[in-house]
Amino acid sequence: MNSSTRNMYPLAFLIPAALVYCTFFLFPTSMAFFYSMTWWTLDDWEFIWFENFIQFFQEPSLRIGFRNTLIYAFTTMGGKVVLGLILAVFLCSKIRNKDFLRSIVFFPALLSTIAVGFTFSAMMHPTNGVINKTLALVGIDGPNWLGDAKIALLSVAMTDIWKGVGIATVIFIAGIMAIPTHYYEALKIDGGNAIQSFFHITLPLSRPALNTVVILALIGGLRTFDLVWAMTGGGPGFSTDLLASIVYKQYASGFFGLATAGNVLLFLFVGLIAFPIFKLLNRKEVDL
Amino acid sequence: MRHYKFYYFSLLASLLFCALLLVGCNSSSEEETTSNGEGDTDNNSTDTEEAAEDEITEITLLMGEADDTEGFRAVMNAMEEDIGIKTKIELRPGGPEGENIVKTRLATGEMSDIMLFNSGSLLMALNPEKYFVDLSDEPFVDRMMDSYKEVVSSNGKVFGIPEGSSQVGGWLYNKRVYEELGLEVPKTWDELMENNEKIKEAGKVAVIGTYGETWTSQLPILADYYNVQAEVSNFAEEYTAGTAKFANTPQAQRGFERIQEIHDRGFMNEDYTVATYDQGRKMLAEGTGVHYPMLTQALQNINDNYPELVDDIGVFPQPSDDPDVNGHTVWMPNAYLINKESDKIEAAKKWMEYFISDKAIELYESKSKSIGPYVIEGVELPEDSYTAVKDLVPYFESGNVAPALEFVSPIKGPNLPQICTSVGSGQLIAEEAAEMYDDDVEKQAKQLGLDWD
Repeated sequence: MNSSTRNMYPLAFLIPAALVYCTFFLFPTSMAFFYSMTWWTLDDWEFIWFENFIQFFQEPSLRIGFRNTLIYAFTTMGGKVVLGLILAVFLCSKIRNKDFLRSIVFFPALLSTIAVGFTFSAMMHPTNGVINKTLALVGIDGPNWLGDAKIALLSVAMTDIWKGVGIATVIFIAGIMAIPTHYYEALKIDGGNAIQSFFHITLPLSRPALNTVVILALIGGLRTFDLVWAMTGGGPGFSTDLLASIVYKQYASGFFGLATAGNVLLFLFVGLIAFPIFKLLNRKEVDL
Repeated sequence: MRHYKFYYFSLLASLLFCALLLVGCNSSSEEETTSNGEGDTDNNSTDTEEAAEDEITEITLLMGEADDTEGFRAVMNAMEEDIGIKTKIELRPGGPEGENIVKTRLATGEMSDIMLFNSGSLLMALNPEKYFVDLSDEPFVDRMMDSYKEVVSSNGKVFGIPEGSSQVGGWLYNKRVYEELGLEVPKTWDELMENNEKIKEAGKVAVIGTYGETWTSQLPILADYYNVQAEVSNFAEEYTAGTAKFANTPQAQRGFERIQEIHDRGFMNEDYTVATYDQGRKMLAEGTGVHYPMLTQALQNINDNYPELVDDIGVFPQPSDDPDVNGHTVWMPNAYLINKESDKIEAAKKWMEYFISDKAIELYESKSKSIGPYVIEGVELPEDSYTAVKDLVPYFESGNVAPALEFVSPIKGPNLPQICTSVGSGQLIAEEAAEMYDDDVEKQAKQLGLDWD
């Protein structure tokens, strides 16, 4: 029985997919590993071993990418998890217009990232922006959101959270809705309050949803490019440069070998951070 | 039995699918060859060429958005009428994004027949000998001044013709406000800083900063090159050879110090870190900002948007520390280049011949005024030039001009805009910036294949 199921689809069926997969994925990927170790001008190359990688760690304007990417990924992930969970709990409670409110929360996720970037950079303008003008009404002298090198990265992260929290909320809502109501009934009979219900039922039992949000947000944050590019272009100076935008800039300036090395590093970086976290989170998942 | 049939069917199906994929790839490359073939007959046999005299030849051209001026369009329309060459224009963004598009299209063989690109070091970074048609033997090339030929040549071969007039990078200033405040054009850097102090006291923006578009931040260092070469005459050669650095040449590092001083003394507009080039030009024209270190190309846009204010704008060279050293740093016009892979090379050469004919230049000038002297022999600046352009004439006549560093050396570090904004926003000091830029230059030299070690 078992062997006949296995033979039902002949191996030949794999050929088209394998061909596409090899030509468009495996082949370019292995090429990237090769070219990351070369001095490359698109028509000419020379093998230079790990010089590109060494340069990536030596040059301050390239090295800053690792730090910024970590800050960015963990800030946006934290923001999306906390806000998403709060909103999800709120939107699962007994309130009126629940569907309408859920749509509103999800709405920013539908917008184009570039459009969001341009809109927010206009809103964050230090003198004419809506945000600082509103703050001025209540007597607060708003900061230069995107122009001050110290906070520019966090301003972009804030925009990312605003845009991404909708998806996190939807995943959390699905997770919370899947929790059987009898747990809550049991808690009520035992005389538990709302806070206990959140920390002892909702939070541990929506763990699968939490894991999904953490992983999605983290990987999304690690490879962000479009939002940063639309809002600051990596500036002022190099203060908001993420790995992806640095790789892009190296490519645009014609350092093709270096840019490819950056891509390989980005791949390893995402893998090294996301994979252990994924493992760790999945181990702690509980069955309902 | 049935099992076998099924197996053959599936094998056949998958093979067919693969064949389909291959055919899909093939047909597109075939199309290319046929069109190439047609193009070859077009060019090589004179019969078809003559027959095409009456017909219209279509040439494709890739250019930056900012270069698509009224003058250019007027010349294109006249060209279609006069010599039957119609130009299909493709626009690309400027800056690094545009460069990226150009490099990718060249490498993949998808370039248009003619393309417009920077002359000087950025052109050298493209490896012109590999991609562009050698124009050295064309008669129209003789009309170009030697100073321009140099910046579009590699190994003694000429590759490009000028887009328009040359321009200078200096300090654009608002003459109206200068009169109101009783200021005089500064001859030294200290005098300029004194003027800035007075303007600041009068409640206006002394120096317009537009770091929202990072390239604009480089002018105080790039326009300082006249002063550098006046004091260190062999800087360009030694910089190209890798011996002179910004960090070990105080006169060169001075450019970064000037950016730092403008920042430290708070001369720039409040929103300088995010303001755009457009906002900068508006401030200058309206007189809310008084100085703008910029290329004279800004005049074109000011004329389009504020025609009644453009003659309030003047320009003076970036002053040095010595009143006797005072001259302009000149930018050479972008170059039109012919793609070697093009199937319409002859038509493209005719396009070029027409483009730098007296008639075309006159027509261009009537729609888009020049932003500096022309680089074509015998073409003079007209009487009704912008005031700022007239300000330049004495400097050119007395020879107090020098091309910018990017036109005398093939190397320009790609990170200069970011390094300048770092200094100008107080994240780096001049010495650190100079060192960082030296590393950037070294990286570029390696990529160009220069032998530096």
